[in-house]
Amino acid sequence: MTTKTPSPQINMNQSEWPLWEVFIRSKQGLDHKHVGSLHAADATMAVQNARDVYTRRLEGVSIWVVESTHIHASNPDDSEAFFDPAADKVYRHPTFYDVPDSIKHM
Amino acid sequence: METLEKVLTPEEQFQARIDADIRIEPKDWMPDAYRKTLIRQISQHAHSELVGMLPEGNWITRAPSLKRKSILLAKVQDEAGHGLYLYSAAETLGTTRDQMLADLHSGKAKYSSIFNYPTLSWADMGCVGWLVDGAAILNQVPLCRTSYGPYARAMVRVCKEESFHQRQGFEIMQTLCEGATAQKEMAQEALNRWWWPTLMMFGPKDSESPNTAQSMNWRIKRFTNDELRQKFVDMMVPQAEFLGLTVPDPAVKWNEARQAYDFGEVNWEEFWAVVKGNGMCNHERLQARVQAHEAGAWVREAANAHAAKRAAREAVAA
Ligand SMILES: [Fe+2]
Ligand SMILES: [Fe+2]
Ligand SMILES: [Fe+2]
Repeated sequence: MTTKTPSPQINMNQSEWPLWEVFIRSKQGLDHKHVGSLHAADATMAVQNARDVYTRRLEGVSIWVVESTHIHASNPDDSEAFFDPAADKVYRHPTFYDVPDSIKHM
Repeated sequence: METLEKVLTPEEQFQARIDADIRIEPKDWMPDAYRKTLIRQISQHAHSELVGMLPEGNWITRAPSLKRKSILLAKVQDEAGHGLYLYSAAETLGTTRDQMLADLHSGKAKYSSIFNYPTLSWADMGCVGWLVDGAAILNQVPLCRTSYGPYARAMVRVCKEESFHQRQGFEIMQTLCEGATAQKEMAQEALNRWWWPTLMMFGPKDSESPNTAQSMNWRIKRFTNDELRQKFVDMMVPQAEFLGLTVPDPAVKWNEARQAYDFGEVNWEEFWAVVKGNGMCNHERLQARVQAHEAGAWVREAANAHAAKRAAREAVAA
């Protein structure tokens, strides 16, 4: 992964536009969901391209785009150590607790 | 209790995840050969979507009505979208868009041979949608469950859009078949030309497809070429009958014991000739692609320059 360049640079040899991740809200009340990626020269073009590539059939009412280099992710190699601490905490779930049958509304 | 757990190699762990139907995601460890196979397959698929626009693009300006023209435009635009979904899925494996396009344009990368056949009459638009998209759907539906996550997700999106493609093609055929004698003849003539090339879309015979076993093992592929070809014939023969058309293969016959249609042997010589670049339109298709890419270079450069200029202005304002 490259790091963010501090100042905008023009590079005429680079024909490949930067990669953007696209997130779409399919309808009001739902959250934006990752749908894929695309190339665009800038954010405005990324939003327009995302409309044409990912919402040709009214799949969305709102689009977010994020330049892919700005995404930071957890490392799959560390998944076990990273997520396991949640595995043995059954008391975080309501089913851990015995409620007498006679108790209602709980 | 003590158990002696065998330490699994990365390859064994990988295969165990595949066998458990756990999807592989971009940053997960994977064997080099798995990565290479996927890059080849996904980029070939993307190239097919891209080149696949050409034979149909040929008829946009000559569609018989505004309705047909709008439909054809929408379909061709979908195919461009399919190419884009797939290119970005391939990019998650570490290749670049530029590299993939360079390989297509140099002739190093392949695309589906079906697009090296010409589209000579309006009925060809019917046959492409009905047969070619029909065959593509059979190939693609199992890929929605393929082992590599980004590929599978791209295919879900593609498959949602394909059934309109096939239906509009069938409707063109049906309209022609219910029309004047000359129209029906046009439909039959198109079917005669497209039937065998469509059967070739499923690839070489299983006995001549050495990579199938590994791809099935990795669950990249879920059915063999011959299995899909048989399914296609079983699906299409009754549809041709419904249209009142005859499939150009005298060997086609229902086999009660197999509960499937028998059919004749594909002309494999022709298949390999087209794969190797000697089909009717290989040269023309590639030339059209390269020309479009080169003629678009100034647009890509101008967009880069515009983006840089605007970013510089915003940096000053901030
Ligand atoms: Fe497609
Ligand atoms: Fe396709
Ligand atoms: Fe299609």
